[in-house]
Amino acid sequence: MKLGAEGWGLGARGWALGARDSGLGIRLTAAVLALVLLVSAPNARRAVVAFGLPPSPAASADRRSLAGGGQPPGGRTVESGHVPQRIVALVPSATEMLFAMGAGRRVVAVSSYDHYPPEVERLPRIGALVDPDVERILSLRPDLVIAYASQTDFLAQLERARIPFYLYRHGSLADITAGMRDLGARLGLAEQARAAAAEIDRGLMDIRTRLAGRKRPRTMLVIGREPQSLRAINVSGGYGFLHDLLDLAGGENIFADVKRESMMVATETILARAPEVIIELHYSDRASPDAAAREREAWKLLPGVPAVKNGRVYLLYGGELVVPGPRVVLTAQAFARALHPDVLPH
Amino acid sequence: MTDVRQRLAVSMLVFGSLAFLAVIGAPLLGTTPIRLARVFDRTIPFADNVDAQIFFIARLPRALAGALVGATLAAAGVVFQALLRNPLATPFTLGVSAGAALGAMLAITMRLHLSLWGVSAVTAASFAGSLCAVGIVYAMARARHRGFSTNILLLAGVTLNSFFSALILFVQYLADSAEALRTMRWLMGDLDIAGYGPLLAALPLCVVAFVAFAWLPRALNLLSLDTDAAASRGVDVLRVQRVAFFSASMATGAAVSLGGPIGFIGIIIPHLVRLMVGADHRIVLPASALVGAAFLVAADVVARTAMAPVELPVGIITALIGGPFFLWLLVRQR
Repeated sequence: MKLGAEGWGLGARGWALGARDSGLGIRLTAAVLALVLLVSAPNARRAVVAFGLPPSPAASADRRSLAGGGQPPGGRTVESGHVPQRIVALVPSATEMLFAMGAGRRVVAVSSYDHYPPEVERLPRIGALVDPDVERILSLRPDLVIAYASQTDFLAQLERARIPFYLYRHGSLADITAGMRDLGARLGLAEQARAAAAEIDRGLMDIRTRLAGRKRPRTMLVIGREPQSLRAINVSGGYGFLHDLLDLAGGENIFADVKRESMMVATETILARAPEVIIELHYSDRASPDAAAREREAWKLLPGVPAVKNGRVYLLYGGELVVPGPRVVLTAQAFARALHPDVLPH
Repeated sequence: MTDVRQRLAVSMLVFGSLAFLAVIGAPLLGTTPIRLARVFDRTIPFADNVDAQIFFIARLPRALAGALVGATLAAAGVVFQALLRNPLATPFTLGVSAGAALGAMLAITMRLHLSLWGVSAVTAASFAGSLCAVGIVYAMARARHRGFSTNILLLAGVTLNSFFSALILFVQYLADSAEALRTMRWLMGDLDIAGYGPLLAALPLCVVAFVAFAWLPRALNLLSLDTDAAASRGVDVLRVQRVAFFSASMATGAAVSLGGPIGFIGIIIPHLVRLMVGADHRIVLPASALVGAAFLVAADVVARTAMAPVELPVGIITALIGGPFFLWLLVRQR
């Protein structure tokens, strides 16, 4: 399972020298940092609809956030009533949303990182964040392209080809269902999108209520490190959907005070902050028990950390862990099972 | 002669104390307050003694690794500058670090998940990569020249450097975003080795290199002026060049596989030391090693405290502090 390019920056292609999918991948995801550098308009966090033919993508960034219809400066009239039927989705979480709201049959191509739902495996792949295959995308004659806001050159090309696009922006947990409803409205599926989003909200709320009033273990959420050693440890800070999920699943993020999605920490900091639980995300779908045991063993280098001492280091495997899409409920459940095994048994 | 001995003794004393203070002082500094009395209190079991763990697991290995890497890169810088008779030469000029980086990149992107005695596949692969680069450059330098052409050595090294850099970018581009980020992080340098395994693996190679370095200074003094003059003064030029090249390359490979390609030390520390003690390699070489050790240990303290709890890559700090400081020294001297 590839790491979804969901806002993880540098979404290069995943065919890493024939070694793909082999072994136990601690697939690190500091990439959020890269995304922050790439996103052109960080203040606009909600997904916005945009189309038209403005003079340049940079100049129109602000206007675009307000767009959705009307007369763009390029002078072309926007077909505001048009409902997209041929969608190219470059953002895995958006693909999942489309399928969840019943628009799966309108998807004509997906990104190189899409692996869910299984139906996407038969669809053409047209690149990702840094390498969208413009020629193939044009040849598919899409009437909507879902792309990242940071892909400014690509968006300019779409504008020249007069292909409408929908900008995806990555944010907090609440942005997921909000983005889903917004996307549904754009596709004329407002009802279905609302229903699908409500189901996610229900699933999350269910976990929250079941854990209400319980003691919240001090938790470190590791999103990557060097395999079988404790070098280059990358953790979730106090911002982003993973932090929100941890909070919802009844864990207290020991790095909640650092308002970043990801950060490198030194072993000293881990010893000092003494997490009671360590949850470690691995983005491959599974690992052999042997490999998992060896990875857990690496933490023995810090025997004084309460989580290590008490055998509360949890390795989670699954491609959904990094996709801020409809499957966040699964991630929340996995977090909750690790944090509160008595409430949600394995 | 006595003059040199005296100056050597004085600079060893001064710079030696500097390095010693850095290595002793660094584990005492950090964002988490620890009590020394508690650190060395044997009555508390180690597993429950967080102060001792922070001291012995987190800080001391870092300080020692910083000292070893700093000393090695600075000394290797001196040797390469003399060998290539070029003040701009660094331990990374001849492609050793690019080879090491390529090895590490491949290990990361191919997800080699082995480890042996606390040494990860990335470390082993980066050392293997550096050996590859050394081998290629040496073969080039020997190929067209009976003997050992430092000009060809330099050209081959520089070319290999850019060739490997292109390969590194290629591997990074093909890598997953997560791995691309790990490779980027590796290139910025990191001394948080969490334990002594990696340190013990690099140490023997560095010790061997330093033994070779100890034999070199007098010959380097002659060599850095003129090879013919050196030969006429009884220096076995080819042998000295070979020993200098291999020992400095091997040391660089070991240092880079331990801490990543931490820039700046290999070029700035030797010049800094020359500004202070003159050009005699008998003093410059050991003094550079000591100053390099002290400097990197200090830079690493900044790296782990400046933005804590966020860790900064030490490779950024070395240039950020070292650059302006060196320029200031340069201007002041004139």
